Amino acid sequence: MYDFNYHRPTSIDQALEIFSNSEDASYLAGGHTLLPSMKQRLAAPTDIIDLGGISSLVSIKSESDELVIGALTNHDEVATSALVSSEIPSIAKLASNIGDAQVRNRGTIGGSIANSDPAADYPAAVLGLGALLVTNKRVIKADDFFVDMFETALEEGEILQEIKFPKPDMSAYQKLPNPASRYAVVGVFIASRNGAVRVAITGAAPSVFRAPELESRLSESFSVEAIENVSLESELMNDDMHASAAYRASLCVVMAKRAVADMLKIS
Amino acid sequence: MAREVNLKVNGEDVSEQLEENTLLVDLLRETLRLTGTHVGCDTSQCGACTVHLNGRAVKSCTVLAVQCEESEVTTVEGIGSSEKLHPMQEAFSECHGLQCGFCTPGMIMSAIDLVHREEILDENAIREGLEGNICRCTGYHNIVRSVELAATKMRN
Repeated sequence: MYDFNYHRPTSIDQALEIFSNSEDASYLAGGHTLLPSMKQRLAAPTDIIDLGGISSLVSIKSESDELVIGALTNHDEVATSALVSSEIPSIAKLASNIGDAQVRNRGTIGGSIANSDPAADYPAAVLGLGALLVTNKRVIKADDFFVDMFETALEEGEILQEIKFPKPDMSAYQKLPNPASRYAVVGVFIASRNGAVRVAITGAAPSVFRAPELESRLSESFSVEAIENVSLESELMNDDMHASAAYRASLCVVMAKRAVADMLKIS
Repeated sequence: MAREVNLKVNGEDVSEQLEENTLLVDLLRETLRLTGTHVGCDTSQCGACTVHLNGRAVKSCTVLAVQCEESEVTTVEGIGSSEKLHPMQEAFSECHGLQCGFCTPGMIMSAIDLVHREEILDENAIREGLEGNICRCTGYHNIVRSVELAATKMRN
């Protein structure tokens, strides 16, 4: 790992000021992507701004029809939160299957979302539930947030502070985990609210995306049969050593069917 | 650039001048000579470097020492002594939960956190709970048996 200047601000304002005075700074949340990337010299920021000293970024709150999670809340805190389990249990389940126990004790929800790894789990929940991403200067809709592989709508220096998840009538997340890394080969998050169905897919393409055909069929008839014969275009899917594009396209429908069955409590 | 880092390691105050890019595992092994914590893969996969940071299992190859300011770190050296082993260490010995022993300190630190955390510890929960630790010798059966036995000992 190359040398860098380390900063540990105690407020968002301090963090922003340090960022603007640095040559090429990176914010550090749980560090479970950034530090390995720095060790491999894939990233070499001049300054590391550790957000771990800003305690207001760790929180889980229920506010009328939203579940609000602070960006620095780690995966284990989300997975074991009684509030998350009662308000949106699919998020607790999703968090409990990220990586392994040690990773969940460090990795954060905000770090995962801001990093926008094509195979990360949280982006599927954010897009599937139509969450709002609150930063230091604005509120970004999930539909506008994920731009491309490792690319989001966040501007230079902008800090993701909290995520507001609208409470759905029902929701579920199903993934095929890579057996070694537990990253999603394909993960499908489905949420239904007032009859409207959203389907978000991670792992399959360069960035998380919505599947309009699955959404319209499920809005018409919410059942496993309704999407039985859907086939998704494999052209835009990732094709790598973990899975071929055609296999990923097929997995999208299989995982969607499992998620629907979950929501309908069909075992 | 060097920076002063203050933390507790195995209950003792530690204050060291460290380069900012020093990993927690390097502070433990190179500076403090606590070589019970191992470096296996150095890529956050294998769990041989697992220690407790404020009571929770973390991979010390993926934490900067400077992030541990004012924190409490426990390594395998801090859980028992050669005269009085921790129940998890006893159980690994009794159930033959190791062969070469390289992964063992990490396994033990993860397993202790697991027993503290999970109320119901059946075989599945143990296997899932230890998925962040890789062993190349045992095939895991005796590790699972060790953790089952230790959980009983720790809870009595």
